[in-house]
Amino acid sequence: LSESRHDTPHLPGPSLWPIGFAIGVACLLIGLVISWIVAAIGAVLVVAFGLLWARDVTRDVRDEVPEIEPEIRAVSDTAVAVAPAATRAPLPTYTRSRFLEASTLGLGAAIGAVVTLPVLGFTILPSFTNRREGEADLGPIENFPEGQYVIASYLADPTQGEVSRRTTFIRNNGLSEAGEPSFTILYSRCVHLGCPVQPNGPIDEEATKEIDGVALRPVLAQSFGCPCHGGLYDAEGNRQAGPPVRSMDRYTFSIRNGRLVLNELYAVGNVSGTGANATISRYPWSTPGTHVDGIEAWLYPIVPSQVTG
Amino acid sequence: MATKSKKDQIVELAVLAPLDWVDERTAGVRGTKWFLFRNVPRDISWAQTLGSAALTAFIVQTLTGVILAMYYEPSSAIDPVTGKPIAYTSIESITNDLTLGWLVRGMHRWGASVFIILLFLHMGRVFLFGAYKYPRELNWITGVLILVTGMLMGFTGYLLPWDQTAYWATVVGINLNGTAPFLGPWLAEFLATGPEIGADTLPKWYALHMLLLPGALIPLIGIHIYLVTRLGVASPPWSSEAAGRERAEVQPTGARAGLVRGSGGRD
Repeated sequence: LSESRHDTPHLPGPSLWPIGFAIGVACLLIGLVISWIVAAIGAVLVVAFGLLWARDVTRDVRDEVPEIEPEIRAVSDTAVAVAPAATRAPLPTYTRSRFLEASTLGLGAAIGAVVTLPVLGFTILPSFTNRREGEADLGPIENFPEGQYVIASYLADPTQGEVSRRTTFIRNNGLSEAGEPSFTILYSRCVHLGCPVQPNGPIDEEATKEIDGVALRPVLAQSFGCPCHGGLYDAEGNRQAGPPVRSMDRYTFSIRNGRLVLNELYAVGNVSGTGANATISRYPWSTPGTHVDGIEAWLYPIVPSQVTG
Repeated sequence: MATKSKKDQIVELAVLAPLDWVDERTAGVRGTKWFLFRNVPRDISWAQTLGSAALTAFIVQTLTGVILAMYYEPSSAIDPVTGKPIAYTSIESITNDLTLGWLVRGMHRWGASVFIILLFLHMGRVFLFGAYKYPRELNWITGVLILVTGMLMGFTGYLLPWDQTAYWATVVGINLNGTAPFLGPWLAEFLATGPEIGADTLPKWYALHMLLLPGALIPLIGIHIYLVTRLGVASPPWSSEAAGRERAEVQPTGARAGLVRGSGGRD
């Protein structure tokens, strides 16, 4: 009755397999909801880790594995004497406090990441995604007299309101050599630091029109100037003086049912020639003040418009 | 006579006992004494008060900013009544209609400049006195972070009135950031929330100005002040005490008596 081994509580040896078992159970339960494949993987994990766990836990109470004496070839008497007494190798130990410490830090980091990453994404990504501005319909092309600049002012995104007002300088170049209509469409944003460039010439106030929210004001101008820091551009938008680092940005256009439609804003390195015969070095749009050509362009290898459109 | 006077008994009962009760549980009284009742070098002057002055300016900014937030609306949409942007309309209302609004907005607007100027004066004093040297290097580093964060406060706050000055200064400011190599265009698009300033820009800058940046600035100031308390105020470069020379046996008299405790003449 008084067997001493029943006086001390039996402690199973330390084992890491319950972690895998728990992951298996979780996988199984999630799989029942979302996918049979995941459930099957979970079931396999549960069985495998359950068996491993059971093996660890029952190691002490199972019958001792018969130990086979190592084969020793008696070279001499001394060799036999130093042969180690065969003892079972101790199980690898991993103390409870180390485990709790690691699991607290690990779980804390995992929870922190799960909470932080979406918030961080929401902080940054909306500035770069779904930012392409829609096309702008500026009305019939008859409103743009040939060879003269017209200041066109319109809302790029009426839902955003007045903050999305854009101003462009549009010149009808007539037909190109290929017989296609040609327009020079300069964006008023100065490519130095973004101030509003002004045409250097009188506005024909009597010919001013406002059609469907698009204000058109013909202007007699052969150059453009920026009031902030003195940037000066010629009639093709090339920099003539001051701090701008490239030529004025331009819009691509299309003509739909006889109406002028602005499509996409792009950056311009240099324009040679004039009007319909101009050769334009075109680059993806980038922030004012950034070079698009020359050695300085190496400072801006990837700009947002190249990635997000 | 070991018995206390009536007045001492009242003080004991009404003041000291409650303080002891609090201190036993929080160490708050000891902490306050540790923070306030410090030895400082004998030969400090008004120059060493520039940090406290900057702190005072920051507290004024915090209080006035909290009140202004009750009346300001960060929206670029057009107010249908006034025909002007809602943000600008609310600024006009604070300035012209609300009682004492002009004063509180003026305090916040001019206090911002005062804060930055005091930061620079304080930094200049610390630099010229060599007070950034061992063991106060981290004071300098946290101070630089406070300066940068403070200037970002100014940058983000400047847009909020949403008038022509604010708008175009911010356009230029964003594009200046945009010219930084490699990540500049990305930074500019993040600041403007898109390729250009749009409807999301003003609320974002408002949140940066009154939530995110103060959330960074207040802990930085806390660390900065803790380090000052822990390490003490540096002696001026001309201090005889710091130079290890004999100090003239002159004790402070009059109103200053007891306020400044020397080191016993043996440095």
